[in-house]
Amino acid sequence: MSVGLRRVVLWSGVVTLCLWVLVPIYLIALGAFGGRAGVFRWPKSLLPWDATLASMQTFLAVEGVGRAAVNGALVAALTMLLSLALGAPAGYALARYAFRGANLFRLLVILTRAFPLAILALPLTVTFIRVGLYDTPLGVALVHTALALPFAALVSASLFMGIPRELEEAAWVFGCSRLQAFRKVVLPLALPGLAAAAIFAFVISWNEVFAASVLTVRNKTLTAYLLTVLAESPLHYRFAGGFLLILPSIVFIFAVRKYLFAMWGVSNK
Amino acid sequence: MAGIRIDGVEKKFGQATALARIDLDIPDGEFLALLGPSGCGKTTLLRIIAGLETATAGQVFIGDRNVTELQPRQRGIAMVFQNYAVFPHMTVFENVAFGLRMRGAEDAEVKAQVARAAELLHITPYLDRYPAKLSGGQRQRVAVARALAVRPSVLLMDEPLSNLDALLRLEMRTELKAVLAQSGATTIYVTHDQTEAMGLADRIAVMHKGVIEQIDRPQALYERPATRFVGGFLGSPPMNFLDLPVRAGVVELDGFRAAAPGTDRIIAGVRAEDVEIADSGLPFDVRVAEPLGAMLLLSGAVAGQTMRVAARPDMLISAGQRLYLRPDPARIVWIDPATERAVRAAA
Amino acid sequence: MERSRALPYLLIAPATIFLIALFVIPLVQTVVLAFVDDGAWSLTNFRKMVGDLNFGLSLRNTFLLVLVVVPLQVACALLMGVMLQKLDKGRDLVLWIWTIPLGVSDLAAGLVWLAIFQDRGYLNTLLAAFGVIDGPTNWLSYESPGSMFLAVALAEIWRATAIVLVILVAGLQLIPKEYGEAAEIFGASPWTRFRKITLPLLKPSIQSALILRTVLAFEVFAVVYALSGRNFPVLVGEAYAWQHVNQNNGVAAAYAILVMAISLAATLAYIRALRVNPETQP
Repeated sequence: MSVGLRRVVLWSGVVTLCLWVLVPIYLIALGAFGGRAGVFRWPKSLLPWDATLASMQTFLAVEGVGRAAVNGALVAALTMLLSLALGAPAGYALARYAFRGANLFRLLVILTRAFPLAILALPLTVTFIRVGLYDTPLGVALVHTALALPFAALVSASLFMGIPRELEEAAWVFGCSRLQAFRKVVLPLALPGLAAAAIFAFVISWNEVFAASVLTVRNKTLTAYLLTVLAESPLHYRFAGGFLLILPSIVFIFAVRKYLFAMWGVSNK
Repeated sequence: MAGIRIDGVEKKFGQATALARIDLDIPDGEFLALLGPSGCGKTTLLRIIAGLETATAGQVFIGDRNVTELQPRQRGIAMVFQNYAVFPHMTVFENVAFGLRMRGAEDAEVKAQVARAAELLHITPYLDRYPAKLSGGQRQRVAVARALAVRPSVLLMDEPLSNLDALLRLEMRTELKAVLAQSGATTIYVTHDQTEAMGLADRIAVMHKGVIEQIDRPQALYERPATRFVGGFLGSPPMNFLDLPVRAGVVELDGFRAAAPGTDRIIAGVRAEDVEIADSGLPFDVRVAEPLGAMLLLSGAVAGQTMRVAARPDMLISAGQRLYLRPDPARIVWIDPATERAVRAAA
Repeated sequence: MERSRALPYLLIAPATIFLIALFVIPLVQTVVLAFVDDGAWSLTNFRKMVGDLNFGLSLRNTFLLVLVVVPLQVACALLMGVMLQKLDKGRDLVLWIWTIPLGVSDLAAGLVWLAIFQDRGYLNTLLAAFGVIDGPTNWLSYESPGSMFLAVALAEIWRATAIVLVILVAGLQLIPKEYGEAAEIFGASPWTRFRKITLPLLKPSIQSALILRTVLAFEVFAVVYALSGRNFPVLVGEAYAWQHVNQNNGVAAAYAILVMAISLAATLAYIRALRVNPETQP
């Protein structure tokens, strides 16, 4: 094959795969903004003839949607804070110290991945009802933290490992206490990566549906809310909901794109 | 100002001994090089002095203070790290000012000291830049300036030049010597490069397997190594070691004769340049001849033992030739084959 | 210095306590929930589970999905990873586009494909334009399990190939270029280089991608639910239904145990089958 032909084949493959990802998102956007008329139009058009902001507004005005969206964001934000607050210190310990039990802890973290974690929400309903966490954003956030914490720990471990120990030692030698050295040297350098890990925790929580549905009745996250009302919702509402779920993901993946590999590449060791 | 005293310092990692009872006395203002191959314990010793590592046993004194239990920041030291450890998120100015700021120096004082240190290391034009925009050599200068800015009484350097390329290393070495001489700080300089140690230090401590083999002025070490290891480690090419039989206080081999200590066998340590090429003497079969510019380095065998000889560069010698060697008996270092330590020649 | 020895333990303590409270304990509780009936150890819940009409179907469907989807995803991701390596420009943009589904939830993915597969959807428009069908056709009813399976499989492949891609690309980046170049100099064709150099060195990444994807694939639920409700039963969907519709924690827990047992078995199988000798890795 000539070099030119090879390039044509390569690029047509790349473009096809890009379309494979993007076209379905475009189509659900059409559905989301098309309203009732769009859903029933036959045959369908690929151009946004029916698209109006009004149909999206109607959906947002449906009772419960706004509240679910706020709840979902709240749960995701709590998850983000908790998983980072618990995971980052553990990651720092894994990265900086050789200590007895480090491997056991690593095993515990990795083990969570071999289990379908969300299913563990089943027995938690009982416990949560007893301690008053059932049907609260914090309760859902706790389960989601169990999902996101292993990532936060392993990702921050790889981040901290990427910051040379010598930098910290230099800070100590030149007058910093451990805490000062962490604040002045390690934290500023790890911050972008930690932010990416936090965003990723947000997405994990925002998207999780099983635990969120099982653990709530009235205070549902957007994902759980949509799942519950799915059966009795008209199609254009479903599409509007689906599109609303996707929107933050696109932005988030863009924001964390530099760290995707740090997250998966190293954390799979 | 402050000297450094190390008192029976020991370091074990599990079963392995990294340092075996080190005693060392470094007077105020001295430049001491810790020289040895990798894994000899020199960096561990430096890190124990810095407080970055804890000794298993023994004590460290800086000046009159016992600092063994103190945190690094309480020891009043400055340090230059192997990979520079220049903070990437701070400008050069902030890097150099870091130690001063941590000591709570006033703004005017910080500015003055940073300006002085930057001037000294020729980095004034880069003060506003971030380290990512600097070359390796420039980062090295920043690291040294950061250490000197705090006017340390003790300066620790961990292989500071090892990451520079050969040419830059030579240049920095010369400059470092001038700059450090002005600073008056007691300096400990860890290196595995013998030329660096010889060129910079007032005294060199040669370390091997967690032990200080010998500590002395550079030239003294070169001429009178106390052990076979020191002779072999210092000098390029390293010292030759010929295992010879002794009979009645004399070694005799082919045309060569010299008074020697020992009763049965002795090792003669001979520097490559302490050998004269003559018409008679030890027969030497040249295997390889390498013209190195300043000398012609000949490698070959004497009585079946490897030997290197530095010949004058203008001599016409090629591989396969047989020469006769006359080592200078006065410069031979006699080494006991059992202890591998140098012994005095018998009268 | 005593303090510094305790420090790492202080740092991992919160995470450990949390994981024990929200992973280990619920795990034990799930087991108890599944194996206890009326306060005594029993297999009643499992009997109920196995006796249910949907059990066999959901088991078959879940396995079928995993067996079809996961291998396709790995193959697809490998292809994409190799394509990315060949790109000299636009690599970042392409990678971003290809990883967008990483952030898309399974429910959203199901809804996306619902827009395509619904009666008056884009697929039917396309098919009608080519004259394959006359008008709106229902592909997602229980009368057409084949097309329903296809829709679910496509949605899963669309959504979750990205995660495999990221893991494999991360692995590909760790393989030094010199190996491939050395093989090329000795005359290996691109295909041979891929088979003899890239694949073996990528084994650890492939292993972790497979484990992660398989475990998640056995959890498949919301995609299916969005596309077909309970017309296409899967294991976790049944667990959800028993919990929510039938209000029976015990059987739901039995399903959970089953899914976990399968996931663990799959993980162990991968670890055995793709055993990586650390000495053969760079």
